[in-house]
Amino acid sequence: MSAASTALRAGSDPYHIGHGPSTGVPEYTGHGAGGPAPKRIVVGYGFWIFILSDVILFSCFFATYTVLIEARNGGPGPQQLFDLHNTAVETACLLLSSFSCGMTSLAVARHNLLWSEITLAITGLLGLTFIGLEVHEFLGLVAQGAGPTRSAFLTSFFALVGCHGVHVTAGLLWLGTMMAQFPAKGFKQTILHRYLCFSLFWHALDIIWIGIFTVVYLIGTITP
Amino acid sequence: MSAFAGGDAAIDRKRSSAAAGHVGLALIALVLLGQLAGCGRAQLQPAGPISDAERKILLDSVVIMLAIVIPTIFATLGVAWWYRASNPRARRLPDFVYSGRVELIVWSIPTLVIIFLGGIAWISSHDLDPAQPLPSKAAPLDIQVVSLDWKWLFIYPRLGIASVNRLEVPAGVPLHLMVTSASVWNAFWVPQLGSMLYCMNGMSGTLYLEADRPGVYRGESAMISGDGFADMHFDTDAVTQEQFNAWVTSTRNAGPVLDDPAYRGLLRQSVPPHPYTYRSVRQGLFADIVMQRLPPGEGPRGAAPNVHPVGLK
Amino acid sequence: MTLLGKLTWQAIPLHEPLPLFSGAAVVIIMVAIVAWVVIKGYLPYLWREWITSVDHKRIGVMYCILAGVMLLRGFIDAIMMRTQQVMAYNAPGFLPPSHFAQVFSAHGTIMIFFVAMPFVIGLMNVIVPLQLGVRDVAFPTLNSVSFWLTAAGALLVNLSLVVGEFDRTGWLPYPPLSELAYSPGVGVDYYCWSLQISGVGTLMTGINFVTTILKLRAPGMHYTRMPMFCWTALASNLLIVAAFPVLTATLAMLLLDRYVGFHFFTDTGGGNSMMFMNLIWAWGHPEVYILVLPAFGIYSEVVSTFSSKPLFGYRSMIYATMAICIISFMVWLHHFFTMGAGADVNAIFGIASMIIAVPTGVKIFNWLFTMYGGSVRFTTPMLWSIGFIVTFAIGGLTGVLLAVPPADFQLHNSVFLVAHFHNVIIGAVIFGVFAGYVYWFPKAFGFTLDERLGKWAFWLWLIGFWVAWGPGYVVGLEGMTRRLQHYDVAEWHPWLVVAEGGVLIILLGIIAQIAQIVVSVRTREQRRDVTGDPWDGRNLEWATASPPPPFNFAVLPDVTDQEPYWDMKARAREIGQLTRPEPEYQPIHMPRNSPTGFVTAFLAVVSGFALIWHIWWLVVLGLAGAYATFVVFAWRDHDEELIPAEEVARLDRANRAVRSAALHHRQLRREVETQREPRQ
Repeated sequence: MSAASTALRAGSDPYHIGHGPSTGVPEYTGHGAGGPAPKRIVVGYGFWIFILSDVILFSCFFATYTVLIEARNGGPGPQQLFDLHNTAVETACLLLSSFSCGMTSLAVARHNLLWSEITLAITGLLGLTFIGLEVHEFLGLVAQGAGPTRSAFLTSFFALVGCHGVHVTAGLLWLGTMMAQFPAKGFKQTILHRYLCFSLFWHALDIIWIGIFTVVYLIGTITP
Repeated sequence: MSAFAGGDAAIDRKRSSAAAGHVGLALIALVLLGQLAGCGRAQLQPAGPISDAERKILLDSVVIMLAIVIPTIFATLGVAWWYRASNPRARRLPDFVYSGRVELIVWSIPTLVIIFLGGIAWISSHDLDPAQPLPSKAAPLDIQVVSLDWKWLFIYPRLGIASVNRLEVPAGVPLHLMVTSASVWNAFWVPQLGSMLYCMNGMSGTLYLEADRPGVYRGESAMISGDGFADMHFDTDAVTQEQFNAWVTSTRNAGPVLDDPAYRGLLRQSVPPHPYTYRSVRQGLFADIVMQRLPPGEGPRGAAPNVHPVGLK
Repeated sequence: MTLLGKLTWQAIPLHEPLPLFSGAAVVIIMVAIVAWVVIKGYLPYLWREWITSVDHKRIGVMYCILAGVMLLRGFIDAIMMRTQQVMAYNAPGFLPPSHFAQVFSAHGTIMIFFVAMPFVIGLMNVIVPLQLGVRDVAFPTLNSVSFWLTAAGALLVNLSLVVGEFDRTGWLPYPPLSELAYSPGVGVDYYCWSLQISGVGTLMTGINFVTTILKLRAPGMHYTRMPMFCWTALASNLLIVAAFPVLTATLAMLLLDRYVGFHFFTDTGGGNSMMFMNLIWAWGHPEVYILVLPAFGIYSEVVSTFSSKPLFGYRSMIYATMAICIISFMVWLHHFFTMGAGADVNAIFGIASMIIAVPTGVKIFNWLFTMYGGSVRFTTPMLWSIGFIVTFAIGGLTGVLLAVPPADFQLHNSVFLVAHFHNVIIGAVIFGVFAGYVYWFPKAFGFTLDERLGKWAFWLWLIGFWVAWGPGYVVGLEGMTRRLQHYDVAEWHPWLVVAEGGVLIILLGIIAQIAQIVVSVRTREQRRDVTGDPWDGRNLEWATASPPPPFNFAVLPDVTDQEPYWDMKARAREIGQLTRPEPEYQPIHMPRNSPTGFVTAFLAVVSGFALIWHIWWLVVLGLAGAYATFVVFAWRDHDEELIPAEEVARLDRANRAVRSAALHHRQLRREVETQREPRQ
């Protein structure tokens, strides 16, 4: 059996995984092997992981929506309820806000306070418009007697779309805080990291909305 | 002291207790195996073809796995003991950290066992699917099972009678059970007859069982359903066909009628003190329960938390 | 009245002596502890060094203490359940059904969420950054928030003992039983909110550790040089990130049903309770591996160290770990074969579940081959590990048995099932964290634990476990279902009496563990670990002092081998001196302490309590407070502290000195030995 064994000497490669005998000099082959990554990478990476977990949270609501879409309890379905015009405006607001958020990133990269604030304000206003339209849609549905307690289908609809709305609202609070922080704190590293996370969050919400727009509104209104 | 010293001094102190330790471990393992192979009453004393087949699968699987688990346990204890630091006869191989051959073996042994067991699982899942009718010359007896808070209602649709907390069946006749719940989930389970199945509101599950000899078999709910859960057990009386016919006749001649008002009474949370029967049942009652045309179980109905339900034995 | 929502004096169980007394006792003990701390003047120390600490080692220790305290609480529940079932043969016993149901629900909830999870996360906190050779986790303040949110959840669960009631539906609140119609009390709300709060903490831990392990490693530490415990921690935290959002979403849906009349899982309105079952187990099954994978990592470390051999088949172990990590998401349906999904579905999920046994089996064989040819020292951690292999082999067997659908039709929800999961959770997770606790205790505190009492604890736990749960398998095969408040089957009774005996033996084991702490603390001066390496360890946690300085490593170590510290020691012996000359010490930036975590947890408790009792103004206040905390935290300018170079130099020189001394001691000894026995 010892014939089959392989010695594990210092720096040897008993598992034949490619790194040869070490000379004591660390091999910078990436993946953190050259030591800890810089703070900016760590913060962005960590926030990405958070966004992934958030996507999983949404996927649960998407799953329940697709399971419960036929559970109308004698109540109305997507075709009777959804107004694609409203949704189109909402989508436009959110996509434009992503664009202006991208403009903020450019301004922040140039440490231009005025343009950072202006583009952030535009992003915020578009976000507010989106939320306003969504609340308006929800209130309209409730007024029609198609509130979330009407049927399991409406339950899952309100929960899925509402969950996104809550995220956007939280994003708006964060956006307001960022707008206060840029003038108060200047473009220092921690603030820049935080803005990186914010922009990731805002764009991710857009992507989720594309999913909602497709699964809930488009497919809902084109299929019987 | 021992950063570079190899901890030799520490080893001597530990020598004595380890010897006793391993004998103890081996004994415990043996006791457990004895218990597993031992004399369980319910699932291991089958009274019907389903539970009989399930017992066979259970024991076969255990034996197959023991063939690998017992050697592993003894090898672990043996290797640990032989290579104790204080054993001068053990050949040390501090560089033995990788061996392709060993790797091949350690991956293939469990893989082969699992392929074998997987085959058993696939075939037996299909053979013993609860919804699979049983091969029998006798026509199956339809029984509709409704779990309520906290009692069982058994409706015999073709006979027009019903029974609470006692399941009367003829031995040797396949039973076609349709299972639902009027309120929370339960699981219908008669261990000596075989498979359990969840009872769920708004759904009807199909379960085929058979008692192949007369006897009284304990049935129960295997899913927590509230404060009266522990009382949700019932006797399954498997009797001869003649006795069963006599029971049907006597049931038809006495007892209350199960109509909608009587059913609403059943929806209230309670534990009936004794099993009893209904001489007739409203047509389509079970379908109305399953289709949710009748209201679900009432629940505690505004009772404050911590108030004990009435009727507990 | 409305000011306090649903909360009235009726919520205090004045008419039920048992919860009242136990609750009162808990309150009195807590008040006494707080009073003692304040009177003795320890509060500023605690606040400065522990409560606001963002040091991963301190946070890890606090996690473990939380787990230990909650283990006692959960164990009292276990004793009550076993005693009830001994007394309740044809009798009502001493716990009424409503109370018994709270006890078994609380037992499961506490043991999983507030014992096993914090213990595993605590050990990861203490050890993973040390093994990676870095100074802290990726997000130290977030780490503190995670811990305090977990503690907040634990506090809410215990609050239910005194104010109101706990969940009565089991450790997973299956609807429709957990819906408002059938559980109108606040028990389910206590369950949901405490798990939502602690679940957020756990999710953040997952994010933090995934980032730490993937992005912060000492120079030269490739993936294939990471210690096995780090690999399993990575797998476990990936599972947390992927699974805990599912728990959050599922509980949120149940809460929406209960609070605002939604119809996710209700009997009415088209709700679908089977969906809850699927969702909760899509989290629940990975959860099992979140707990057990780090335990496997601990066994790998312990078996390798105490066999004085590198881990056998390291690469295989990585494959096995990651295979388990992935497959664990594809097996959730085996928790409800008895739902009647059909033969194909059941068979596929059954086989998928069995496949997990393959990598698990590989792990067992690799530990076996690690011992093969080694020099095995039977220390307490090693005993736990061998006890685990033996116990877990049986637990794995019954697990595969339950994965065969027709066998499961006869075993599901019986005590056999309960015996199985205690077999794996005690036999693998709890034994594992105990092994890790004894193994790494000297690293965290600077002195070793008493071995004699540790071995007593091991034997009592091992024997107690089998005496308690061996009978569980038997009564399960005799058709006993779980969660029975009383029963009338004579055959079950003697086995349940035996099981009670087993629980009492475990109780002795716990007493031995408490005695072990007391004795070890009192004799700590004799048992100081001055070398930082009490077990002749192999990974980087042993390269620094015990307890490590706040910055862990004065200079990040260069990793050139899969066992970095063993490699360093070997090279040092070859050249007769430490591998690195004394570096030029630089001042080190460390994250500053922050009360953010504690304040967040306080607000979480307040908001959670307010939500449970429908005290809406307090909810608003709590949320506003949370936002304010966020802003205050975001606004601070100085988030780092500087440790001056002299301080770094002083601490590191001491560490280098003891290691040099140990090296020379070793060489002297070897020379003496060579002279005495020239032929060897």
